[in-house]
Amino acid sequence: MAASGCRGVRSILWKYGSCGKNFCLSRSKTVPQLPVRHICVSSSLWKKNLAAAGPQKFTQEFIDKQVEEFEIGKRHLANMMGEDPETFTQEDIDRSIAYLFPSGLFEKRARPVMKHPEEIFPKQTAIQWDAEGRPFHFLFYTGQQSYYSLLHDVYEKILAMERHQDKMRNKGLLTSETKQILLTGSRWLLKEEIEEYLVENISDHDYMRLIQLMEKLLSMPYCSLEEEFILKFRKQLEVQSSKHEIPALQYDPQGVTFSVADGRRKTAKASITLRDSGSGNITINGRNYLHYFPLLQDREQLMFPLHFVGMLGRFDVEGSVEGSGHSAQAGALRLAISRALLSFVSEGDVEKMRQAGLLTADPRIKERKKPGQEGARKKFTWKKR
Amino acid sequence: MNLHKLSSRLCPTVTQKFRHLHIQSSGQQLEAVAMETESTEPNPLSVFRTSEQYPTYHSERHTGQYYTLPPAHIQKLFPHGLPPRFQLQMKTFNEGCVMVRPPVLELISYLKKADYSKPPLRYILYGDIGTGKSMSLSHALHYCYTQGWLIVHIPDAHLWVKNCKELLPSSSRPSRFDQPIQASQWLKNFKITNEGFLSKIKTTQQYVWTKRESTEKGQPLGVLVDQGVNRMKSSSDVVGAVLRELRLQAGGATEGEGAFKLAVAVDGVNALWGKTSLKKEDRTMCEPEELTLIHNLRKMMKNNWSGGAILTALSQTGSLFKPQSAYLPSELLGEEGFDNMEPFVPVSVSNYNEKEFESCYLYYLERNWLQHPHGRSEEGKKELIFLSNKNPSILERLCAFL
Repeated sequence: MAASGCRGVRSILWKYGSCGKNFCLSRSKTVPQLPVRHICVSSSLWKKNLAAAGPQKFTQEFIDKQVEEFEIGKRHLANMMGEDPETFTQEDIDRSIAYLFPSGLFEKRARPVMKHPEEIFPKQTAIQWDAEGRPFHFLFYTGQQSYYSLLHDVYEKILAMERHQDKMRNKGLLTSETKQILLTGSRWLLKEEIEEYLVENISDHDYMRLIQLMEKLLSMPYCSLEEEFILKFRKQLEVQSSKHEIPALQYDPQGVTFSVADGRRKTAKASITLRDSGSGNITINGRNYLHYFPLLQDREQLMFPLHFVGMLGRFDVEGSVEGSGHSAQAGALRLAISRALLSFVSEGDVEKMRQAGLLTADPRIKERKKPGQEGARKKFTWKKR
Repeated sequence: MNLHKLSSRLCPTVTQKFRHLHIQSSGQQLEAVAMETESTEPNPLSVFRTSEQYPTYHSERHTGQYYTLPPAHIQKLFPHGLPPRFQLQMKTFNEGCVMVRPPVLELISYLKKADYSKPPLRYILYGDIGTGKSMSLSHALHYCYTQGWLIVHIPDAHLWVKNCKELLPSSSRPSRFDQPIQASQWLKNFKITNEGFLSKIKTTQQYVWTKRESTEKGQPLGVLVDQGVNRMKSSSDVVGAVLRELRLQAGGATEGEGAFKLAVAVDGVNALWGKTSLKKEDRTMCEPEELTLIHNLRKMMKNNWSGGAILTALSQTGSLFKPQSAYLPSELLGEEGFDNMEPFVPVSVSNYNEKEFESCYLYYLERNWLQHPHGRSEEGKKELIFLSNKNPSILERLCAFL
């Protein structure tokens, strides 16, 4: 409706030949049609087109009003829950909403949520031209002004560095050993993250160009001067192996070390006790593993973690497993054994095991059957007519 | 023989003695020579082999070592007797090597010490699947053979209670069923094994088969056996008659020329008291009692005769309607079977221990059966131990594709 209104206005004004100015005027007139105010809205607007939303679906005043209402609502909620409004954090809000509005929906993003309006309403660009229709930014007409201005800035820095380099060379203080920026343990921001930062859509090609330019900046000798700027575009990676929690080493009354661990694979749950007594017996659900797993493949799965760290004949394993089929049970036991082994094994071995895939829980489960199909993937017979 | 080629490369003297062993065939001289080779030098080639070929002389110091079955003995004694996988292995390796293990030594010692004027002792070999019960039975049977006993060997009683194509109503008794093919097959094998005895034993009574055929009293056993082999229709009854004759004459009680000892060896004895998978014409299940062969065999199992021994082994693999976890005598024999077999001497057979496993591994290495280079390393051995849990049959199947 707004669009047709615009067109109507445009057609009238075309006769007067001053479409540009009045275009924006009509635009600003249609803006006050505010959408209905909603406090609890799902953040399914996340992945939507940020730039195509157009400049300012929501005015700044609107957003401010939302923020105010959110704060008031937070205090009301704290009162309702009987907690202190001053120290009511976002986690407390989430907890209270989940308590007051229990939802049986499986999709977490579809459940009621109360978050700060900044997280809910997508970031949008302010109106980028003035009252006369002249854009503020000199790169407006490229279509992706923030992206190109970023490239422009980076190139400015490269030139500045070169000038600095020349100055140092003239003074005779040019040293090839300059402080290097530590880049290990971090990665470049992904394309989605850059888009979020720039509030604009960029293509893969643009993203590649940006990264290439940043690499060029990094390759220059005095790049440590721009360290802060560059680190804005790098994200720290967490050290993976530190995430694994090593089960505690416990001691038997006889003094034998043992550790307990669990494992899961596809509905099968296993729990084992690994004892350091030294005979290589394995008992599962009270039966010998040779009887429980007559198939060689299952026994090979059990063997894999012990063989990998080279401690085949050293441990006694006592395990219980339930659920699913033989292959899944073998997989669950293998994961449990690997986890229990973590407490007997050195740090370097832990990393090796992680890389071998012994410590990763296999996320594959049975795919859901869809309506209109025979199974998860199989379709009914296709009839041409 | 491969053994010859191996030994001749390194030790010519040993070879000559072995040649002696194979050319001569009479028992006593062989035993003397065997004693000599035993005492002069230990076989320099392999720790896990023993040159002692006679189970009589196997003792604790031979545990874990392989001894070779003489091929002549194999042909005579085991025309149908050895487990099929072992027969394949024999064909591949060109020799039949059996490991000496403690349960068999125990069994042989009992056999040596038993009093044969009393009713026979029943020995039951029991154990988990694939631990070597049939092989132990064969080993013990080899001992009996070398001692000159008469062997009645049923390699697998399960074969008689399942997969029978022809089930005829019995000619002699109306409520029983005959299995002509199995009976005549068994009689042929019996003939090959016990050729020497067939002419010595005489029948004690007259047997009438049909209106025209009958076997008179005093005829040698060979005639009876031939009767069964030629006339398929009455072969099951012939089997019954043969067993009865042997039972009567085993202790040397009757007018037979020489006393002979009777060894009854049944593998898969739990088939006698289990269920069958055979159906009668009116589609009801057949009881084992209704089969002539089984009925006669059950009579053999009773200890109302003297002068021999009954060696049996349980088997779950061929058994019908028994869960895989069952391996104890009470589970596999059932109540009826247990009552019938009681009292018996149980002998337990278990997985290899360290030494036996080592010896088996070295044997396969020596025979170049483990082709994979990793199989020769220490870690490979540990893997094999883990994957097979030192179970003989699983180890054998595992090494088969390595």
